[in-house]
Amino acid sequence: MISAHDLTLKAGSRLLLDKLNWQAEPGQSWCVIGRNGAGKTTLLRTLAGLCPPSAGQLVLHGRALDQWPLPALARQRAFMAQARNDAFGYRVIETVLAARHPYASTRYWEDDIDHRHCVAALQAMQVDELADRDIRTLSGGERQRVAIAAVLAQDTPLILLDEPANALDVGHQMSVMRLLARLCREQAKTVVMIGHDVNLAQHAASHVLLLKGDGRWTAGSVAEVLQAPLLSQYLGHPIEAIRHGSRHIFVPQEASP
Amino acid sequence: MVAALFTIACASLVLAGTIGSVAIPLADLPAALFDALRGQGTTLAATLLELRLTRALVAFVTGAALALAGVLMQALLRNPLADPYVLGISAGASVGALAALLFMWAAWIVDGAAFAGAAAISLLLYWLARRELRADGGATSLLLTGVILSSGCMALVTLMLSVAPEGRLRGMIFWMIGDLSGAPLRVLPWVVLGVTLLYAARNARALNVIAMHADGAASLGVQVGALRKGLYVCSGLLTASAVTTAGSIGFVGLIVPHACRFALGPDHRLLVPAATLAGGTFLVLADTLARTIAAPQQLPVGVVTALLGAPVFLFQLHQLRRP
Repeated sequence: MISAHDLTLKAGSRLLLDKLNWQAEPGQSWCVIGRNGAGKTTLLRTLAGLCPPSAGQLVLHGRALDQWPLPALARQRAFMAQARNDAFGYRVIETVLAARHPYASTRYWEDDIDHRHCVAALQAMQVDELADRDIRTLSGGERQRVAIAAVLAQDTPLILLDEPANALDVGHQMSVMRLLARLCREQAKTVVMIGHDVNLAQHAASHVLLLKGDGRWTAGSVAEVLQAPLLSQYLGHPIEAIRHGSRHIFVPQEASP
Repeated sequence: MVAALFTIACASLVLAGTIGSVAIPLADLPAALFDALRGQGTTLAATLLELRLTRALVAFVTGAALALAGVLMQALLRNPLADPYVLGISAGASVGALAALLFMWAAWIVDGAAFAGAAAISLLLYWLARRELRADGGATSLLLTGVILSSGCMALVTLMLSVAPEGRLRGMIFWMIGDLSGAPLRVLPWVVLGVTLLYAARNARALNVIAMHADGAASLGVQVGALRKGLYVCSGLLTASAVTTAGSIGFVGLIVPHACRFALGPDHRLLVPAATLAGGTFLVLADTLARTIAAPQQLPVGVVTALLGAPVFLFQLHQLRRP
């Protein structure tokens, strides 16, 4: 699906990520975990083709990422940014319909198929009753779910999400994660998301990419990577694994007095 | 909706043709129009109609250009409070026009100088903010640079006003307020309006996407850099052609897009044609009011738009605040 070859990212002169060799296959769901400023968002924006890497190459479907024409690329990958800034009072349904732009850029209005996709996406995120609301009047969590609905409506094989669980209550966090896991399982989509909640990541992710922020990285399946010593090293705080039924719960140790 | 606005626009032109210090009865209108169109204004009605229709058409194209420029500028800056003048293009035109008026150059030089001033400021701003127009940056530094350029130009304007001899002040101030009396009907503003309207309508969907997502629009397949540049060039051309024709008429470029957004929503596929028609209609009506309300004295149309615009804008703003 998408693969990185010796991908190097820098913020100014600071090295964030050194020679990442990594690939995500259809049906896999990756969670990118690291400390603040470790380059998670930079990596995701680079994967989306929104900013060029400092060195190395990205390949999507056997074709270098920077060789894709923008409209065709927009039918291959969807990207949800971390923050939204709504300047105009668009209705919820209009913001989701805009996600169908890559399919209909030559038509003046969207067609029935676009509308069906959008209504289905709103229903999947349980925000269909908000369809006619002004986007600026939504709560943070509602706005977040509408943004995820727009990504679903874009209907792409590769889905990139910057902190999808932000501002969501526990119930909606779980349903979003279940939905993403199901998309990977049933429709062979590839998801790459950024998260901070290691325990939540276990529900949605099949694989984890840890970023240290100084160039180091570790990638692997959830079972391989979600280990207390590794997490402690990458997150810069001692993490303890507690066994609960069939899975582990990771808790930060209290700071020593 | 757009058809209704088109009808209203035509009606406003008819109204502007009949009303004045000498009214033309509606029944005489077809005959007078026929005479006027043949270019032989033999009757009084035909002559009057020709004068009034010319002026109304100038008003229409100017108002339409300002409103469309406002819509495009607001989308470019992602700021509903932007207007065509916020980036200093009209201030540049003012410097040119006022310098020409100060040195008592011919009328066509005043227009030429206004256009040159607008073009110079546009190019300077483009050069200063070229990185931001290209792609992923926000629009803050573009806006800030424009505002600074604008205030620099306004300082020059104030300087010229303070050294100008008494006799020329009136003409200079009228130019600043915006005045349609004696404004010639030219082809160029119509061409500019037509071309930019076509561009805006073709890109209306992409306009929605950048208005919603800023730089994230690229992930939906929009060529953000090219579109930003296109918007900048279009709104610059529209503003330059409008201020060259009629001086800096205020408020049209701000309140007409607002009123249309309030009535129709922010979808640019409706907003672009609707604001263009509504802007033209608004300025035709405002100008008709300006030349009849204190007849035979004629007010500069900029006074009327500002007097109408300020309360309408305040009313809208507080309507919007209400849940």
